[in-house]
Amino acid sequence: MSVRAIILQQIDIVAAQQHKILKPLSDDLHLIDSGLDSLCLAILVANLDDELGLDPFGTGDDVPIPVTVGDLITLYENAEA
Amino acid sequence: MPKLSRRSLWEVTLGGGGERWIADRHGTIVLDRLRSGSSLAVTARDLRGSSVLIRSERQLPTILAAIELDGIARRILLCPPDLAPDHLPGIAADAGVDVVLSDGSLPPVDLGRSVRSVECSSEVTCRSLVGFERGTATEWVLFTSGTTGRPKMIAHTLHSLTGPLDDGLAVATDAVWSTFYDVRRYGGLQILLRALIGGASMVVSDAAEPVSDFLVRAGASGVTHISGTPSHWRRVLMSPAASRMAPAYVRLSGEVADQAILDHLHAAYPDANVAHAFASTEAGVAFDVRDGLAGFPASLIGAPDAKAEMRVQDGTLRIRSSRMAVHGLAAQTRDLRDDSGFIDTGDMVELRGDRYYFVGRREGVINVGGQKIYPEEVEAVINLHPDVQVSRVRARSNPITGAVVAAEVVLRTDIAGDAAAFAAIREAILTHCRASLAAHKVPVSISQVASLAIAASGKLVRAHA
Repeated sequence: MSVRAIILQQIDIVAAQQHKILKPLSDDLHLIDSGLDSLCLAILVANLDDELGLDPFGTGDDVPIPVTVGDLITLYENAEA
Repeated sequence: MPKLSRRSLWEVTLGGGGERWIADRHGTIVLDRLRSGSSLAVTARDLRGSSVLIRSERQLPTILAAIELDGIARRILLCPPDLAPDHLPGIAADAGVDVVLSDGSLPPVDLGRSVRSVECSSEVTCRSLVGFERGTATEWVLFTSGTTGRPKMIAHTLHSLTGPLDDGLAVATDAVWSTFYDVRRYGGLQILLRALIGGASMVVSDAAEPVSDFLVRAGASGVTHISGTPSHWRRVLMSPAASRMAPAYVRLSGEVADQAILDHLHAAYPDANVAHAFASTEAGVAFDVRDGLAGFPASLIGAPDAKAEMRVQDGTLRIRSSRMAVHGLAAQTRDLRDDSGFIDTGDMVELRGDRYYFVGRREGVINVGGQKIYPEEVEAVINLHPDVQVSRVRARSNPITGAVVAAEVVLRTDIAGDAAAFAAIREAILTHCRASLAAHKVPVSISQVASLAIAASGKLVRAHA
């Protein structure tokens, strides 16, 4: 499964677990408007660390804060590269 | 339980009848032998009024020395075996140590020419100290089990140490006490004093002894009353030798006793009374709970006739009683009490219905996006799963909320290798956590580990950020 597919799947899983109603996911959807609160995003990042073995935030580099769903996916795709 | 009324521990210990003994892993000493001999290679005159630091790997030499020196020495310091030698010069200076008693089992430390070295032993082969007056109100100094820096010295008197023993627990004089604690820690010393003052015998544990070996030894010695931390007891329940002893009284202290561990102990020892006590080195024993339920009745807070007064302030339990440590030693320790004489235990409590529950240590708090979580409250939920032996909850750093909650679990040994079983258990735990905890308290990850480390204090090792 691609990084993109795993991220989109994890967003669905976390939202369901936390009983959040998700907006239809698209690359330009703002994370803040997606239906995920900060706890959901925190869980998502932890899950992606476990699933992908990637922690783009923990690299110590100046990591840009993802604003949209697309930014988030790009962040992980770049971390994988 | 007989009152002490200013009698020394030696007089109280040897005052009763019966053949009483203390056994460790290596041997047994009959206490009556202290009437005709001594474990100390020195006369009492040489030690009168001294500040004496007792240092031995085995507990037995320290026990014998403490019995012999109470009422003679000005101060006795009970060094736990894991006390780093680097701290000793500072400790000796702060406590005005004149004499170091050592059985030679630990590497010697040079404390300067003004400190004499005297041999102590687990054998009673030296000339007796009988006949010396034991009228000094000896100060008993214990070390707190801090994780970093020099351990704090906490000074008690025999009176403050034995205050909690007058708690109505009826114990026959042919009882055999034991504890997983080292007797040089508050929890262990309580048990030693119960045995000595109550006319009973005692089996001493040994940090280097496998749990199963100890359980077999305790069973063979007829242990009737035994205490330890919940972590100690979880280890017991993991051992196939748990059934080798049949205690009448099982006591937990030192950590939060959750409902799961109380229930498991009831099941393992159906004939035993299972009690959990709240105690700290500084505040002494505040109370014990004997109804088999976690937490304690809210009516204990503010009870006017209690031997230890309790109140809750800023979420933590505060205690005031005559069992509190007299003071800390040295400049490093501020007065332990607040303006009204209460000690802040640092243990967070929460009122649910008509009971207070311990939720964790103040310094152990995990901060998830500004919301506080105490690891113990999450562990209490995880531990309810029948296949979980023990769990540890910790902070996992997170770029969004600063931290999230992560859990590690040790499963029952018979299913520990089964990956499919773990996946199912993990889901069951998470489902239960989601049903009974706020969302930010639910572990983000649960991993299986083979074991979780227990510190020398008997408590689960926790890394406080």
